[in-house]
Amino acid sequence: MTCNNPVVVAAAIGMTLDLLPLGKRARITAVDWSRLVAEEALRLQALGIDAGAIVSISHRGVFAGRDPIALSIGRMTVALRRVHAQAIAVQAL
Amino acid sequence: MTPRTAALVGNPNAGKSALFNALTGARQKIANYPGVTVERKAGRLAVPGCQPIELTDLPGSYGLNATSPDEEVTRKVIMGEFAGEPAPQVLVVVLDASNLEQHLVFAQEVIALGRPTVVALNMVDLAERDGLVIEPAALEQALGVPVIATVAVRRRGLAELAAAIAAAEERSPEHHRPHTTLTERRVTAHAIAEAAIISETSRHRLHAKLDRLFLHPWAGPLILFALLFVVFQAVFTWATPFADALELGIGWLIDRVRSLMPAGLVRDLITDGILSGVGSVVVFLPQIVILFFFILSMEASGYMARAAFLMDRLMARVGLSGRSFIPLLSSFACAIPGIMATRSITDPKDRLTTILIAPLMTCSARLPVYAVIIAAFIPNRSVIGPVGLQGLVLLGLYVFGIVAAMIVALVLRRSVTKGVASGFIMELPKYQLPRLGDLLIGLWQRAWIFLRRAGTIIFMVTVVLWILLNFPRAAEGQDQVDASIAGRMANGLAVVVEPIGFNRDIALSLIPAMAAREVAVSSLATSYAVGAGDDEDAQARQLGDRLKADWSLPTALAFLVWFVFAPQCMSTIAVTRRETNGWKWPSFMLAYLFALAYIFAGITYWSAVALGL
Repeated sequence: MTCNNPVVVAAAIGMTLDLLPLGKRARITAVDWSRLVAEEALRLQALGIDAGAIVSISHRGVFAGRDPIALSIGRMTVALRRVHAQAIAVQAL
Repeated sequence: MTPRTAALVGNPNAGKSALFNALTGARQKIANYPGVTVERKAGRLAVPGCQPIELTDLPGSYGLNATSPDEEVTRKVIMGEFAGEPAPQVLVVVLDASNLEQHLVFAQEVIALGRPTVVALNMVDLAERDGLVIEPAALEQALGVPVIATVAVRRRGLAELAAAIAAAEERSPEHHRPHTTLTERRVTAHAIAEAAIISETSRHRLHAKLDRLFLHPWAGPLILFALLFVVFQAVFTWATPFADALELGIGWLIDRVRSLMPAGLVRDLITDGILSGVGSVVVFLPQIVILFFFILSMEASGYMARAAFLMDRLMARVGLSGRSFIPLLSSFACAIPGIMATRSITDPKDRLTTILIAPLMTCSARLPVYAVIIAAFIPNRSVIGPVGLQGLVLLGLYVFGIVAAMIVALVLRRSVTKGVASGFIMELPKYQLPRLGDLLIGLWQRAWIFLRRAGTIIFMVTVVLWILLNFPRAAEGQDQVDASIAGRMANGLAVVVEPIGFNRDIALSLIPAMAAREVAVSSLATSYAVGAGDDEDAQARQLGDRLKADWSLPTALAFLVWFVFAPQCMSTIAVTRRETNGWKWPSFMLAYLFALAYIFAGITYWSAVALGL
């Protein structure tokens, strides 16, 4: 089944959001919703974090940690955790 | 004819609260304990030449597909499914003009309901600051409902909006839209926004600059802690002149009553019972107003969400998320709005844990207790520059509560509230200068709640306590407190609390403090005033001096630590029962808080005695 997993496939050719360098713009290619709790998936979709959206990471972590992440999407800034970002495949622009 | 009803709906951070304040002014009806945009807020909107409109402000929501309890409230009210709350006749969709594409997604869902709808294109000034020019007419054409451009904080477009709400009509069936999917709405939102935006230049520069500072991995947390430190110092020092003035005023009032009324039980009830009891709580109004000033400013400016971001990693360590930070910070003012604010937490286990630890955040009702004891027992000397020892001790007590809360959360998340690690997904709103008018409305509401408590619960409790302290009357040569009903009750309780260094007076103050924590101070004031009897010297002395003379330092410290856990507060128990739908969790909360209060007060007392303090 793993070969059909969009995130695994995307990761093979691109990368997941948590690895995107700070400030680099990228397009979301796929989201592995199965890795997220239903409410979290709904919340991300409501905020427009879905395939096709263009995002960039504007801030990452506190005290040199890698969590949480502040994501720029459109004219919004959304905070999320690294575990969420790992379920999101992106292609750098 | 029943008045027309309307409700404000929209995404979180669309500026709904500011618009609501601007439309209804101070004429608002708020349920007993307002939580920020979570509680039902209603007000009257005056429309020239028409009858006024009953306007409610619904919790911010991303869609009719609710993911949290407060979104559920919004959905139910809009759909008319909320018991005892008829569906509003007119829906007013509030859009943030600078975040149009995102906010139009939910707007379409509301408009598709086919009900009378008006769109308020809010914060057009901020959009202009961001270099966005929007054509309301284009938006109106695309959405099929009236669109009014507004700037709530500058009162722009308010009259037009009110007129549009009054004139909103049943829409013809062709405006009813078939059910659409989220993706379809998103594509449509993009197209509508694209068409309505005339020009778009620089992107939110100021916003990004501020975030670079406040969310900086090192500077950000330091700024947050510095800010919290300033808040606690300010609460203690800025309030002093105002509190002193209030105290003088109450003293003057007591003297006036003494000189005007003949000596007797009625005069004693007024001076020793009511005035010293209620007065000793009212003097803390300035401190509570200052604390709420900071909390409301942080909310209104958008900084609070940044604080949640900064705290998320720390909260994750104990199994919570940055989202819990906002309810917990509100709990510093009062656990009730704090517990109510947990409705925005999506994960039920997370929410329950936050509710259970909220009473460990030092609420403003404990401030009077801390303030009296600290002022009496901790020397007022400077440690470094303007940093005083008293302020440091106060900060220490707050920190103790926080550390205890974190440890309790950690234990709970591994036992009774075990579950999958919670996530943290949250929109960070734009920075905004808080508007003075909105702050004043918020402060007034909080101050009024505090004064109403002082005038009702605290008033009643002090009177009852005074009666219990004065009857039956003592025989010649017998101490009045010893002879009284309250004194005998306290003697019984004193056996239980004696091992942790509490004397009979403390035992006596703990009983009425169940009603409200700050009553502990007024009870002490009342019982000392009664105990002093006709001894004019003793009566003249301030409560602090009396405590200093009667209590040892270990006892005072144990008393302070007891109040870090302060299990006694009926309102907190009641709101917990309501929010958790049963007696199971409030009973659990009460039991664990009492156990911790007893153990830690005991440890403090015994260590202080052992150290020879």
